[in-house]
Amino acid sequence: MGIIEAKNLVHEYIIRDEEGNVESIQTALDHMDLKVEPGQFIAVLGHNGSGKSTFAKHINALLTPTEGTLIVDGMDASDEDNTYAIRQTAGMVFQNPDNQIIASVVQEDVGFGPENIGVPTDEIWERVERSLKSVGMWKYREHSPNKLSGGQKQRVAIAGVMAMEPKCIILDEPTAMLDPDGRKEVLAAVHTLNREKGVTIILITHYMEEVVDADYVYVMDQGKVVMEGNPRGIFSQVDTLQEHRLDVPQITLLAHELQRAGLPLADGILTREELIDALERIVKGR
Amino acid sequence: MLRDITLGQYYPADSKIHALDPRTKLFGTLLFIISVFSFEGVIGFVAITVFLFWVIHMSKVPLNFMLRGLKAIMILLIIAGMFNLFLTPGQPLVTIWKISITREGLRNAIMMTIRMVYLIMGSSVMTLTTTPNQLTDGLEKALHPLNKINVPVHEIAMMMSIALRFIPILIEETDKIMKAQMARGADFESGGLIKKAKNMVPLLVPLFVSAFRRANDLALAMEARCYVGGDGRTKMMPLVYTQIDRVGYAVVIGYFILLMVIKAVL
Amino acid sequence: MAFILDKVSYRYSEGTAYEMTALDQVSLQIQDGEFIGVIGHTGSGKSTLIQHLNGLLKATEGAIYFNGQDIYDKDYDLRDLRTQVGMVFQYPEHQLFEETVFKDVCFGPKNQGLPEKDVTLRAYEALRSVGLPDKYFDVSPFELSGGQKRRAAIAGVLAMKPSVLILDEPTAGLDPRGRDEILDLIAEMHVHYGNTVILVSHSMEDVAKYVDRIIVMDHGHVMFDDVPREVFHHYRELEEIGLAAPQVTYLMHEMQERGLDVNCDATTVDEARDAILQWIGNQR
Repeated sequence: MGIIEAKNLVHEYIIRDEEGNVESIQTALDHMDLKVEPGQFIAVLGHNGSGKSTFAKHINALLTPTEGTLIVDGMDASDEDNTYAIRQTAGMVFQNPDNQIIASVVQEDVGFGPENIGVPTDEIWERVERSLKSVGMWKYREHSPNKLSGGQKQRVAIAGVMAMEPKCIILDEPTAMLDPDGRKEVLAAVHTLNREKGVTIILITHYMEEVVDADYVYVMDQGKVVMEGNPRGIFSQVDTLQEHRLDVPQITLLAHELQRAGLPLADGILTREELIDALERIVKGR
Repeated sequence: MLRDITLGQYYPADSKIHALDPRTKLFGTLLFIISVFSFEGVIGFVAITVFLFWVIHMSKVPLNFMLRGLKAIMILLIIAGMFNLFLTPGQPLVTIWKISITREGLRNAIMMTIRMVYLIMGSSVMTLTTTPNQLTDGLEKALHPLNKINVPVHEIAMMMSIALRFIPILIEETDKIMKAQMARGADFESGGLIKKAKNMVPLLVPLFVSAFRRANDLALAMEARCYVGGDGRTKMMPLVYTQIDRVGYAVVIGYFILLMVIKAVL
Repeated sequence: MAFILDKVSYRYSEGTAYEMTALDQVSLQIQDGEFIGVIGHTGSGKSTLIQHLNGLLKATEGAIYFNGQDIYDKDYDLRDLRTQVGMVFQYPEHQLFEETVFKDVCFGPKNQGLPEKDVTLRAYEALRSVGLPDKYFDVSPFELSGGQKRRAAIAGVLAMKPSVLILDEPTAGLDPRGRDEILDLIAEMHVHYGNTVILVSHSMEDVAKYVDRIIVMDHGHVMFDDVPREVFHHYRELEEIGLAAPQVTYLMHEMQERGLDVNCDATTVDEARDAILQWIGNQR
């Protein structure tokens, strides 16, 4: 049984004019299927407007399906009675670090979620300490979020979700507004949570380098899952990825170009070491 | 200049003042402000000054941090001081052309300036040693009885704490948009009042749009973290009076009585 | 000579406890028609540097000359400088404010005091050059998609026909396709109009692909200032200050360390491919 299962998931945005008449209907999710096992690190790739953020909001019950079903940890997301249980099970981190931090002091922000779900005071403090430590932000607990870097703010946001002790965290383009250092920090924090706390991760992104270490990758375009597989399998299809308005990591692209030029290289080379080894074999094999 | 506003900027430190319950601090600040506006004479002034600086010393907040808050209202202070100085009728001390400075004017100007400065410094002690969340918690609890007459105390407190969190962000944003429009040749300085107001449009529209976008994002983020209003919430920092608050109340009330005595005797 | 910077220093909050040196004795020369990349991590002084070039920040020390004139001269018209040195800020779509896209693009040329006809013409040209279709001209800028908004905002700066165009992280937040489109657009314009372009970026890969010269900033100093190939030879030093050379640069150097005698100058995928193919050819 997967922790998240989408079957034929459809979401339509109905756009109304000022009088309330329906002006147009946009299909953001178009019969989407997806399954996540507990403890997995999943990446969902897609360009802006591919529907990936709409999907993310469904897992957190911020949006409900127009058609089809979405099951989160055995709960049907279409059923409004499940909303709060789902939000506790599947926490969400958003793109803009500034617009999701509510309090003016780091530790108070992390405590916000547990306060909302009625956790007793002593336990809130324990949870705040645990979650801040798990993302390496404990020593900043009394700082103002305004004085932190983008990567640090995003880690605070992750801690804020962790404090609700979710089984799963969805990160909706958490690094899009960060500099390279911030990106690395956030990604490292997420991987640690996945490895050490066994939290299921769904990382939504358009940066290809971030999905290299994922267990499984879904590629979305026009509200549909258009590719899925392990990172190597996905990256071996350079041309298809480019059709879906995505990049491949430079090394994979280089290997692809060399392959095209006639070198006998395997598909889906991901790291520099792999490429050098392969090139060495070609030369020594002669 | 915008960066100098200390309101809503918490200064973390480990002090007795920081440890006080926000309600104690609210009460203390209120009494202090009343005392500042009722003092007269040099002895009262000395007593207030000694008390204020003792509290600032106790709070471990550097003095120049407090003074930065004053910089932002410096112009206001000067203008108000001038009005008092030149426009108070009475016995003239110095007369230059048609304007004369009177003894009463001089006294009023000095009193007024001291009162304003102490008012700002006194309330900065509170805002710098209390996190905005504690402050709103304090207000929420102090005003809780109003809930009975259908005043949404929790919601108001929540709005206040969010506003405090976003003020610095929006100030920074204003700075950025202003620069971006200046790079497109916008002029925020010259022209008359009406032209100036009109010139603000390229600044205000993007600022509003951004504030709405942030509000939207924030609402979503709060919902995602299971926020449903005040019912059923627990508190990370429930307000409980401790020994230190009893001492705090005693000190503040003692100080106030002392001042009243001084006032009555002199 | 477009710009000469002579020992420019800038300190924030001078005279207070929060004083911070953002630029420290920076001297630079920028020629007309150059395509320059400015790289540095957050807080390295790169944003401070570019804001000096159109007079939004005033140096605490040192002098800046634009086309031979001292921009800190009493008589120098800073507003005129700003129309000649166009600046596209990070997330430029946040500055859109007019009722329609077209009106918004007119804002800059109008401030330049041009006659109505020229304003319209320039706005039209600018919108065309960023590839925004006519049907969007009369809609509210807030109804456009993220990528379109950014184009409209860039058009708003281009309409002023600046001889120097400065872009601060113009691709932040865009997806790969959006990023390539914007960068290609800038490169095309550079070729077409021959204007000076200064591109501020975090991404070495992007910069390597487009610019002729890279200025690396660190702690308010210019650390390197050279053609990309030379700058990336210092990839170890770059790493120490939190920057990374393009992946292919690492690859080439690692190959050489393993005793594979490949030419290490490559900074883009195409160059790397050619270098590797040549090396394999030599093995025969």
